Amino acid sequence: MEKEAIIKFEDFTFQYFAQSEPTLYNINLNIYPGEKVLIVGPSGCGKSTLGHCLNGLIPFAYKGKISGSLKVNGIETKDANIFKLSKNIGTVLQDADGQFVGLNVGEDIAFSLENDMVNQEVMKDKVQEIAKIVDMDNFLDRSCQELSGGQKQRVSLAGVMVDDVDILLFDEPLANLDPATGKTAIELIDDIHKKTNKTIIIIEHRIEDVLHHDVDRIIVMDDGHILMDASSSEVLASDILIKHGIREPLYVTACKYADIKITADMHPENIERFDLKGNEEKLRNWYRNAAIREDDKKEDVILKINHLNFSYDGVKKVLNDINFEVYEHEMMAIVGKNGAGKSTLSKIIVGFENPDSGEMMLKNHEISTMSIKERGEVIGYVLQNPNQMICKTMIYDEVALGLRNQGLDETEIRKRVEKTLKICGLAPFIDWPISALSYGQKKRVTIASILALEPKIIILDEPTAGQDYHHYSEIMEFLKSLNDEGQTIILITHDMHLMLEYTKRAVVLSNGLKVADTLASEVLINDEWIKEANLNKTSLYTLAKKAGIDDALGFIKTFIAEEKELRIHEN
Amino acid sequence: MKTKLFSYSQLDTFIHRLSGLTKLICFLFLTTSVMLTFDIRIILGIMVLSLILFKVAKIEFKKVRLMFIYVFIFLVTNFFLTYLFSPMYGVEIYGTCHEVFRFNSHYIVTLEQLFYQITKFSKYLSVIPLGLIFFFTTNPSEFASSLNSVGINYRACSAVSLTLRYFPDVQRDYHTISLAQQARGIEMSKKEKVIKRLKNMTNILIPLIFSTLDRVELITNAMDLRGYGKNKKRTWYSYKKLDRNDYLSLFVCLMVLVFTLFMRFAVTKNLFFNPFI
Repeated sequence: MEKEAIIKFEDFTFQYFAQSEPTLYNINLNIYPGEKVLIVGPSGCGKSTLGHCLNGLIPFAYKGKISGSLKVNGIETKDANIFKLSKNIGTVLQDADGQFVGLNVGEDIAFSLENDMVNQEVMKDKVQEIAKIVDMDNFLDRSCQELSGGQKQRVSLAGVMVDDVDILLFDEPLANLDPATGKTAIELIDDIHKKTNKTIIIIEHRIEDVLHHDVDRIIVMDDGHILMDASSSEVLASDILIKHGIREPLYVTACKYADIKITADMHPENIERFDLKGNEEKLRNWYRNAAIREDDKKEDVILKINHLNFSYDGVKKVLNDINFEVYEHEMMAIVGKNGAGKSTLSKIIVGFENPDSGEMMLKNHEISTMSIKERGEVIGYVLQNPNQMICKTMIYDEVALGLRNQGLDETEIRKRVEKTLKICGLAPFIDWPISALSYGQKKRVTIASILALEPKIIILDEPTAGQDYHHYSEIMEFLKSLNDEGQTIILITHDMHLMLEYTKRAVVLSNGLKVADTLASEVLINDEWIKEANLNKTSLYTLAKKAGIDDALGFIKTFIAEEKELRIHEN
Repeated sequence: MKTKLFSYSQLDTFIHRLSGLTKLICFLFLTTSVMLTFDIRIILGIMVLSLILFKVAKIEFKKVRLMFIYVFIFLVTNFFLTYLFSPMYGVEIYGTCHEVFRFNSHYIVTLEQLFYQITKFSKYLSVIPLGLIFFFTTNPSEFASSLNSVGINYRACSAVSLTLRYFPDVQRDYHTISLAQQARGIEMSKKEKVIKRLKNMTNILIPLIFSTLDRVELITNAMDLRGYGKNKKRTWYSYKKLDRNDYLSLFVCLMVLVFTLFMRFAVTKNLFFNPFI
């Protein structure tokens, strides 16, 4: 390339002061103006740190030692300051909710202009102009918190675009979005890229979702090193992703199961363009030969929800005549877009809210009259964010908390805590402080603290939100092992992979109504349910069609069975 | 879900359109008036005014009902305690003694005492709607900008505005955490002894602090990345210049204060308005 690189890492190494080893080693990387680049890697690989180096949070907010050079638009970052960098590179952070500074849309977009002391009239015009680009100009007076997930993302994007930056950095833009909203977010980024020709850097581990629109390059990172820097088709043709715990697009994985060698010229980067090049027969054979182990034994009903109605304000029904059953020893999912009522439903089941009408039977016992505490002993609820649950410094105390409140004697408590920690794979850490644990381990501690109470059912709210494939698998395999032991588990989620791979049955909620109660794999090929729950059709469906397999559902089931089989072999 | 206390709701009323600064100063004028007088005529006047303003601001009573109940309980308790500790204070102040009836030789109910306590009761009651109006109708950002415009450091202004902004969020977190901990058997209801309840409280506060710190780190980064603190000054998107209505409101409230002072120092010449002479 003859163009001058807009971002230039040269032998760049970074080490946080609090850590004994560098987080980034000898990074050499050039990104050119107008490029759209995806940076992938497992959690802790250094990709977020790399992002922080670009926008100046490193070294100005997070201190550490830098060697080598990083130039953004010709500016040596360590000699500049965060403000100067923010004029060149705009960052859209992961959590759209948390990054709103302004109260309403207009004010949030204007934040950067306010700091530049732009005159109010000029500012209003500029905000109007930028809001128009992201299609939010009719929402300027709306409160940021009232927006939908997709609109929030548009506002955050507008907020960095007012600075007229040359580079846009997206730090895990899909982490908290449901699949359909994630898809529109990717479309929005692509649209901005085409309209403005800005340089775009996306840090994300949900590759399949990002590749909904093309990227110029994928950079694969692990352990602070850049492992590969190539076109998306080349990266997908290699086996580097799987090796480093990053999830490949499902259709690529399926082809690999069918023993098809993926090459760059098959266009594996996009399911629509993906060309099986005569391998259709191989795929069909694999589908025909795979044995599906269907275990359809019906268990007893453990929880029965009848005609449940609920509304916060007495006007708008958040839940409208909900009926469903949960069977003993099953792991099932409640899915639906944000605001569909799934969290409310779980809160009613555990007693955080009281329904307006309807009954809830736990093994023929009506539970609506039980107090929160009493219900906590039979139905456990694990919040999404472990930091919202952990209140002790030591692991032992955290897990023992609920038991102590039940007034058990200390020897019995010790026995139960040890048993629970053993199940959760935390036995060696029994006397450790919680602060020494990773996020995934903390999550386990919170699950253990609920499990110790030996509830009949555990409900988990988005157990894997924001986790990469490795941690996702770790948490889900753990839950699966609990389930195998007979624990009944309800998952509240909008993660399609999770639903597809780990739960057999899914209840789909939309605007307070139950629209489906069926096999998880069936939900993901039904256009109507997909739309209601803001999901996306799985790419396996498209792959099946490409290979001339009519029974897409059977094909998907084959795939899931194969995944399970492989996992059993791994363990 | 409980209705959120202290959350700004965006409506378009006369009161909402006033600048936050106007509302703050008017609030101070009126409360100072109430504080400086024991003249029930003025106090009732301000009470009527504040109730009218409450209506104009379209604050739903539903939203503040709980708070009103608490305040009312407090005031009623206060009413009886005042009587219990100094049943003859009214007589002392007004210098006359109109006995209504007596419980015993010490506890005598007099018109003076009743009048004194009703006046005191009304004082509190007239101020509360004013405070609520301020909280419910003031846009935190606009308020910050108007504070800044009168020379207060903009970092302090942003801090005020962010606190007002995030108050409902932290409150929601508290609610969730508290419920989740109760489900683990932590008793927070009145069934538990006070000491134990305070101890249990830490089990809610610790997670609340940690999750709030997460929030703070995120918002600080977001602000840094968008140039906050770059310059000595900043401009405000939501800044509103004081208009005719602002000046009018300020003038009216100032007049109330002046009138109160006039009554106190020129007419009644006493802190207390005395109908008994």
